[in-house]
Amino acid sequence: MTTVTDPPKTAFRLSMLIYDTRYRSMTIQVIALIGFMLLAAFLISNTMQNLANLGKEPDFGFLNEPAGYDINQRLIEYTSQSTHLRAAFVGLLNTLVVAVLGCITATVLGVIIGVLRLSSNWLIARIMTVYVEMFRNVPVLLWIVFIMAILIESLPAPRAFRGENPEATMDLFGTVAITNRGVYVPEPLFSRGFGDFSVFGAFEVSWDLLAIIAVLVAAFWAAGRVKAKADATQEATGVRPTTWHMRIALMFGPVIALLVALGFHLGYPELKGFNFAGGTHMRNSLIALWLALSLYTAAFIAEIVRAGILAISKGQSEAAFALGLRPNRTMNLVILPQALRVIIPPLISNYLNLTKNSSLAIAVGYMDITGTLGGITLNQTGRELETLLLLMLVYLTISLSISAVMNWYNNSVKLVER
Amino acid sequence: MSITESDTVQFVRETMLDEREPPITAAGPVGWARTNLFNGWFNSLLTLVSLYLIYWLFAAILPWIISPTWNAGSLTQCREILAEQGKTGHFAGACWGVIRERWLQLLFGFYPSELYWRPILTFVLTGVALAPVLFSGAPRKLLYVTAAIPFLMPWLLWGGSVWVPICIGLGFVIMFFANRFLAPVMGSLGALVTAVVLAVLWWFLLSGSVASGLAGIIPIGIEPVASRDFGGFMLSITIGVVAIGLSLPLGILLALGRQSDLLIVKAICVGFIEFIRGVPLITLLFVASTLLNIFLPPGTSFDIILRVLIMVTLFAAAYMAEVIRGGLAALPRGQYEGADSLGLDYWQAQRLIIMPQALKISIPGIVSTFIGVFKDTTLVSIIGLLDPLGLSQGIRSDTNWNGIVWELYGFIAVIFFIFCFSMSRYSMYLERKLKTTN
Repeated sequence: MTTVTDPPKTAFRLSMLIYDTRYRSMTIQVIALIGFMLLAAFLISNTMQNLANLGKEPDFGFLNEPAGYDINQRLIEYTSQSTHLRAAFVGLLNTLVVAVLGCITATVLGVIIGVLRLSSNWLIARIMTVYVEMFRNVPVLLWIVFIMAILIESLPAPRAFRGENPEATMDLFGTVAITNRGVYVPEPLFSRGFGDFSVFGAFEVSWDLLAIIAVLVAAFWAAGRVKAKADATQEATGVRPTTWHMRIALMFGPVIALLVALGFHLGYPELKGFNFAGGTHMRNSLIALWLALSLYTAAFIAEIVRAGILAISKGQSEAAFALGLRPNRTMNLVILPQALRVIIPPLISNYLNLTKNSSLAIAVGYMDITGTLGGITLNQTGRELETLLLLMLVYLTISLSISAVMNWYNNSVKLVER
Repeated sequence: MSITESDTVQFVRETMLDEREPPITAAGPVGWARTNLFNGWFNSLLTLVSLYLIYWLFAAILPWIISPTWNAGSLTQCREILAEQGKTGHFAGACWGVIRERWLQLLFGFYPSELYWRPILTFVLTGVALAPVLFSGAPRKLLYVTAAIPFLMPWLLWGGSVWVPICIGLGFVIMFFANRFLAPVMGSLGALVTAVVLAVLWWFLLSGSVASGLAGIIPIGIEPVASRDFGGFMLSITIGVVAIGLSLPLGILLALGRQSDLLIVKAICVGFIEFIRGVPLITLLFVASTLLNIFLPPGTSFDIILRVLIMVTLFAAAYMAEVIRGGLAALPRGQYEGADSLGLDYWQAQRLIIMPQALKISIPGIVSTFIGVFKDTTLVSIIGLLDPLGLSQGIRSDTNWNGIVWELYGFIAVIFFIFCFSMSRYSMYLERKLKTTN
């Protein structure tokens, strides 16, 4: 005869650490932790010993020494007497410039190409497929050097613009000079500008730029308020007040007034001696990198956009048409809000890839942070560990902040399931 | 038939009419063009503009490509040949002589030419080894080649004594047999741990001296080739194949670690993946070229290609882990619960139920990671390895070919395109084959 008893309460035995599922996960974690710490200790002690043997104990003092090299493209004041830290900062700004420019162009191109790939026009759809396959299947580094070569080899030299009957002329009504040394575009100048102010005594920021940004933000906010009010009126009364002229005036009026007040005019590039002077000089390295990264990433973005649109089932648009919505409102109100949920996360990770790929700037001599901190500074000071640590830290910070934005977005648009 | 009906119906056709051809504007090429190219004024405009663009592109490029310079020995000769045809100027025509003279270098780098059979044999064997993995129709016996290729490949490429790969392979044989024979005695876990310990002991303590001893007694070997002679597409493919082959298992482990309930394991995996994915590959390659030796015990110094391989593999593994994690996350919860209810343990469930489905879901991502890794092998030219891009700079600094640009880049681009494009087509084929839904 059997009786129901409690399971036997056995004392803890050592073998339970392995065979009892209650304790096994503990055992595995402790072993993993110990193993990880041993590995880390091994690597760190090796590093310390090796560096001590080489006489290069980790020391970030080199950052305050004069860099001694020049950077041809700089957004803030920099001379060869500036510190390595400042050189790295100039490089970081250059990285951000090309990353932001690239992201914008790549998005615009990518959306256009992605939509055109779905076009009912057979020829256009095929051309876009060829574009996408061509750029996706060839390394981006090859595209960068290729476009750099195109710029250098096929564009006219500045001297071709000289003389009575020049071989080359300036484009866009004589305002833009496209040469094999780079593109010279008009620069914005202010005859009654506010001047600059200095941030922490480290670099100068133009008051004019800040004023324009502030006015623009305020104008768009005001225009947004007008739209919100019109929406509310429409909700309440069913009649939508006409506001487009007011919104356009609100958006652009103040900025134009400010530009006039500041004495805004354009400084045009002019041929002086053997080269152009005046205007903004966009170097070949910047243009090659920007173009290559945008064209390359655009191919990926096109695929994402296409997949996003295809992911919305045909029934959605059919239902919208059945409700009597016009095609553009179907797109805006039904397809896009749903497609964006699919498109945005991979889109942002492509921005991240573009930013990381901008480190290939080193191949065309664009002085981004890899070129300054991880290139010349590393070679001049011989401080591999410190420079590479800083370099990785910078890229990690950029990546993690973009990832944080992405996670925030994902959570805010996530479908709420049971 | 009633009378009223026969009065009202005056005509009934008794034979079917023959089918008529559709109007010429609705069928055939014209109809196709009307629906696909010229429906509406906007599409017609687009079609015309793109036709013109295509014409313009071909008119610009084809005369350049079709250029009788195959046998030229230098850029000057090319220009002479073209000048005889009345073509001068910067874009008169391509100078294909450089490809004829240097294509072997672009493929093999500075690998000794009398030993070209070794890389060729390696890649043929790699193809044979991949066949049973890639295509289910291939004979299963080829899996023995797959098992041998990790040892054959480095031996064939770098050369040296035959005993080194054999001794390293013996470690795995020891592990296998120790596991099999100890399992009844010590239980499965104990046997596995002992087998791994035995193999590690063999590799670190005995295999080196055994290999050199055997090489002393029976010296069989092939001529060693130094790493600095590696280059061209051979180098790209070597790095690509090794990184791809190693990153998949590593990536699976990392993905499982990231999905697991064990907090510490999870934290380590997340940290590793996010760190690697947060930095560009080029910084990791800088680490490979300048720092990796510093992390190891004083005096160790190993080959630059090996260091690059390590970093590229780690890089690819982190990306692979994220792709596979996506596949794991996409799997319905019921699959995990079903596996649990069948009484499978963790590894059995992963092997029999979870992984086959998760990997299938992530095939497109896995292949695009492969393509990405293969394309990223060009980055090694920045740290001075002679991959095709690095070699092209060397060729351009040759006085004969100084000024050649497009031909080299075009050749490299076409070969990369062929590799990457076939990989992406293969992934589509696999997706179709494994599709189980309707």
